[in-house]
Amino acid sequence: MTIRDHVRFVLNAQEIARADIAATDTLLDFIRNDRRLTGTKEGCAEGDCGACTVLVGRLQNGVLRYQPVNACIQLLASLDACHVVTIEYLSGPDGRLHAVQQAMVEHHASQCGFCTPGFVMALYALWMANPDPTETEIETALQGNLCRCTGYEPIIRAAQAATALGSPAEDSLNRERAEMSARLAALGDGRRVEVARGQSRCILPASVDDLAAILVDTPDATLVAGATDVGLWVTKFLRDISPVVFLGHLDALRRLEVTDQGIEMGAGVSYTDSHATLCADYPHLDAFWNRIAGWQIRNMGTIGGNVANGSPIGDTPPVLIALGATITLRKGDARRNLPVEDFFVEYGKQDRAPGEFLESLTVPRPAPGHLHAAYKISKRRDEDISSTCAAFNIRVEADRITEARIAFGGMAGTPKRATHAEAALTGQAWSASSFDAAAAALAEDFAPLSDWRASAEYRMQSSQNLFRRFWLEHQHGDAPVRLSA
Amino acid sequence: MTNENLVDAPLGTQKRRDPPVTEQLVGSPQGGPIRGAVHGNLAHDSAVKHVTGRAEYCDDIAEPAGTLHAYLGLSTRAHAAIRGLDLDAVRTAPGVVGVLTADDIPGVNDVSPTGRDDEPIFATGKVEFWGQPIFAVVAETRDAARRAALLARVDYEDLPHALDPEAAQQAGMGYVTPPLTLKRGDAASAMQRAPHRIAGKLRVGGQDHMYLEGHIAFAIPGEDDDVTVHSSTQHPSEAQHMVAHVLGVPSNAVTVNVRRMGGGFGGKETQMNLFCSVAAVAAKKWHRAVKIRPDRDDDMSATGKRHDFVIDYEVGFDDDGRILAVTGEFAARCGFSSDLSGPVTDRALFHADNAYFYPDVLLNSHPMKTHTVSNTAFRGFGGPQGVIAAERIIEEIAYHRGLDSLEVRRRNFYGEAGRDVTPYHQTVEDNIAPRIVQELAESCDYETRRAAVRDWNARGGVIRRGIALTPVKFGISFTATWYNQAGALLHVYSDGSIHLNHGGTEMGQGLNTKVAQVVADELQVDIDHIKITRTTTEKVPNTSATAASSGSDLNGMAAQDAALQIKERLIAFAAERWQTEAANVRFIRNAVQIGSETIAFPEFIREAYMARIHLSAAGFYKTPKIHWDRDTGKGRPFYYFAYGAACSEVSVDTLTGEYRVERTDILHDVGRSLNPVIDKGQVEGAFVQGMGWLTTEELWWDSKGQLRTHAPSTYKIPLASDRPQVFNVALASWSENREQTIKRSKAVGEPPFMLGISVFEALSHAVASVDNYRTCPRLDAPATPECVLMAITRLQASQGTV
Repeated sequence: MTIRDHVRFVLNAQEIARADIAATDTLLDFIRNDRRLTGTKEGCAEGDCGACTVLVGRLQNGVLRYQPVNACIQLLASLDACHVVTIEYLSGPDGRLHAVQQAMVEHHASQCGFCTPGFVMALYALWMANPDPTETEIETALQGNLCRCTGYEPIIRAAQAATALGSPAEDSLNRERAEMSARLAALGDGRRVEVARGQSRCILPASVDDLAAILVDTPDATLVAGATDVGLWVTKFLRDISPVVFLGHLDALRRLEVTDQGIEMGAGVSYTDSHATLCADYPHLDAFWNRIAGWQIRNMGTIGGNVANGSPIGDTPPVLIALGATITLRKGDARRNLPVEDFFVEYGKQDRAPGEFLESLTVPRPAPGHLHAAYKISKRRDEDISSTCAAFNIRVEADRITEARIAFGGMAGTPKRATHAEAALTGQAWSASSFDAAAAALAEDFAPLSDWRASAEYRMQSSQNLFRRFWLEHQHGDAPVRLSA
Repeated sequence: MTNENLVDAPLGTQKRRDPPVTEQLVGSPQGGPIRGAVHGNLAHDSAVKHVTGRAEYCDDIAEPAGTLHAYLGLSTRAHAAIRGLDLDAVRTAPGVVGVLTADDIPGVNDVSPTGRDDEPIFATGKVEFWGQPIFAVVAETRDAARRAALLARVDYEDLPHALDPEAAQQAGMGYVTPPLTLKRGDAASAMQRAPHRIAGKLRVGGQDHMYLEGHIAFAIPGEDDDVTVHSSTQHPSEAQHMVAHVLGVPSNAVTVNVRRMGGGFGGKETQMNLFCSVAAVAAKKWHRAVKIRPDRDDDMSATGKRHDFVIDYEVGFDDDGRILAVTGEFAARCGFSSDLSGPVTDRALFHADNAYFYPDVLLNSHPMKTHTVSNTAFRGFGGPQGVIAAERIIEEIAYHRGLDSLEVRRRNFYGEAGRDVTPYHQTVEDNIAPRIVQELAESCDYETRRAAVRDWNARGGVIRRGIALTPVKFGISFTATWYNQAGALLHVYSDGSIHLNHGGTEMGQGLNTKVAQVVADELQVDIDHIKITRTTTEKVPNTSATAASSGSDLNGMAAQDAALQIKERLIAFAAERWQTEAANVRFIRNAVQIGSETIAFPEFIREAYMARIHLSAAGFYKTPKIHWDRDTGKGRPFYYFAYGAACSEVSVDTLTGEYRVERTDILHDVGRSLNPVIDKGQVEGAFVQGMGWLTTEELWWDSKGQLRTHAPSTYKIPLASDRPQVFNVALASWSENREQTIKRSKAVGEPPFMLGISVFEALSHAVASVDNYRTCPRLDAPATPECVLMAITRLQASQGTV
């Protein structure tokens, strides 16, 4: 196999080719310090404020898609064969403002201006995808952008007004789409890429088989898909993550297939990409999915990564466990399947052998008679980490609960089923008192911690109350039992 | 859309699409109104640069070759003696040029803004909070410096720590600065005589500024003792004086420049002194440019925040809910040093009355030393903590008497003579709170909606609603009277273009735009002819912090003074040159009319230059009327008051404590606005920031004293989706400052912050519904979902309704 020794991508209009890249190099530092494109800002260096938002265009099965991402935790080498678009590219060569920029000026949507380029880029991405968004769609698109000055109202008005000021069809990224697609296809030549600076190495496998082979040879490698967690190891903990093996460019890992057996997702499927498919089968996940981080992170982060990193507070594991999802782990050519809950051994420890990687996940198709819910409780409604997260999958037959799969996050060292609560429901009448009993039994399942997100008491009490919410939600009464979305 | 439309009408009560607020004033180049006149809507002068990414912030300035980067080494103990400090591994780390400790400071190792010498740059002998700087490392790259800073070996001997005001009081920690007492009448006996008395305790959390641009300073050494520091500070003059103090050189050797900040909110008033000093010391030591920019986590750990307060109050009142006596003990978490805690805790007392008359009153501050970062200025400067206590007192009375809290508010407003004197013995002369509240109550349909809320709650569902209408009265002026001065420098060049400089700093509030409008208005030139330049200590000396909402009041007047000086010289010149009366000389749009002759402004200026007219002026202003005697607790600390009111309605999930703000209506007083769209932006932004303070923004220290909410991943400021679902904001168009402020406007930065209290009291109202409003909920701030659920649970438990 031939190996390419440099990463190459397009930054705005310029082609970049670099062999000298460390595993810890971030896109933000590259564009600000190396290229002196200072319009993109660093606000937090952890993907939570959005001041560093840029667009990344990538060919996915031959189709060029642009998505907003956080440059601060996007690792530079992962951008091979991508088109990176920064704020400097947005206004025309004649200095004419883009529709989104014009709307922001007209609606007085900047005050200190530091967050503004990031807002412009997020709104630019929204405008291209959905030029006439609802207020809720705008809010959802801006979950990953913090503004401390304006109170957001003028930004929302600007987002609405941008519609009338320009058409995405005439936007330069769309006009140059065919040309850029060809350019990126030529850059991504299917070869394995290896780059390094000193001892710090990055590997982009040529294929999933190549990935499997690399990991057998390099079992201590850090696997990076979206970098939404590993990025913080770099920016916050200054960890040396070399050698890094990147997964995000592998189409085969972004496979999303629906068969009679289940919804099969490659480990590289992002939150964004899985949303429509999962929600088609499981509508209860629709609102929940948009409460996972912000838009940029949902574009970068993968469900495979959310499971594989073993965090007790990831949002998707409780959902996957309740739905009875399984994962496929691969080492070399050997594969094994595992229910998601069995993957989590204890805090910080997962059932993954050296050299093994999570290749895909399978979610069963819906079965009749099951009632579902997914709940997330957090200090702030959007773009926050769960205090507790709960997923319910209850089978009711002839007014009797015949099966209960209930999983919680944030309540223990791993995402975990509430076995006592499940037992308290199974075989019982479909009634409020059954759910009260299950809520009481939850105290046997978990002894949560107190931390800055919530106290142990609150975690337990609010989790117990979710049993009541679940019951009430399925009573079809007049009174709302949840806050409006 | 005209200016009048914008400020008069609430912006609709439904989701809406407003037409863009276009800039007014399209006309001929000469005659008619100028572009950028005062009282008109004008976009922020940097708006286009903001949206294109071309606005330059400190970290965007091109670095000279050889620029070094400094990083702080921080304490990992809340309170400990330093038994040993081994920096060998730091010094020998890759890329490191050297380290700085207290021994390397040529002048004084202190950046105390009040001269109390209690705030070392680098700790010596002991550390007093987790995150306190002990040393700095200077390296070829920021990454190298940051990595090296972690290699220090510090030998600590732990000492006992007290993190919050209550623990500090129990430990006998003492005050960081002398406390204040405000007293009028005899509160103790009035309390004794009162038909009803309630005592309570309110805990109010602090707040991180979470400016999007963190702290940063960039020093470039010059010849002799000189150094130039680019920074993101609200107070360049103080930074200048502090750098000089630390370097041991006169102030004239130090220049501090600020083009703009990426947000300040008080967090960059004094806190930047340390960063400026470290950069300057390093720059002089190594004769190279040095930049220092902490990571967000270190920024939040090592720099001060809003003070948390624990407030013990007692109120005596009559059957009608009229307040007879109030006592209050205001204990604040000040941190390890005084910083601005004196004036902050003073201002809490100054606002503990909010808009209400307390016949007999006794208020004491307790600025407690704690083993936490030294707390500092933050929008409102202690005022919000005072106002929220007043509002809690009102709520207590309302629940006790079974009255609508708005009615209790009305009954206790300041009023006619006999009911118009504050606890600090200033007479309230401009009281428009009743009118503001009345107009808002009508426009937001308060009575009807409150009834609907009660009806909804009476159905007993899981989702409860709450509504509250709260006013604010906020005193305008620095209580440090000497701060109420400002300067400006105005040059008119011989081509007619104008260069404007003043002592205020631009942090997003639109100060430069407003001040330029004042100058444009005085000289009647389109604002495009005026170049607004960076704030620099070279042009205007001895300036005050851009703080206390005073930026436009002070600098606008100073700039006006400069413009008027030049204008007077020009009028005298014209009268002599064209042989006419001064009264016949008029400045019209981009021109000067002398009798029947009209001369374009540039030509006129050219003539003036040729006639050797002095075309530069230094303007100055000091606020009149104010005086304050802290020892007696009497005076007129405030030139005037700014008012406002907000009504918020919320929904609360009683199963989880989660909530959302359904609607907020605001009517706010900015006098005769210099720029209504900019002022409205301040009101909207301040409200949301105030709401954040009282809802999701929680500072959480672990038992060892480490702040664990030190980045946006853990510290949650409001998002777009948190703002009220319906948000109607209007300025009181009829208001005009009765004092002679700049164009009769009023300060706007801080007062609307306290409108966020309406959300807090609405949440309290929803909580109270679970026991049918019989009890004033023990809701502390921030009212996180957890805090709300626990308040609900306590009420349910006391009622046996669980």
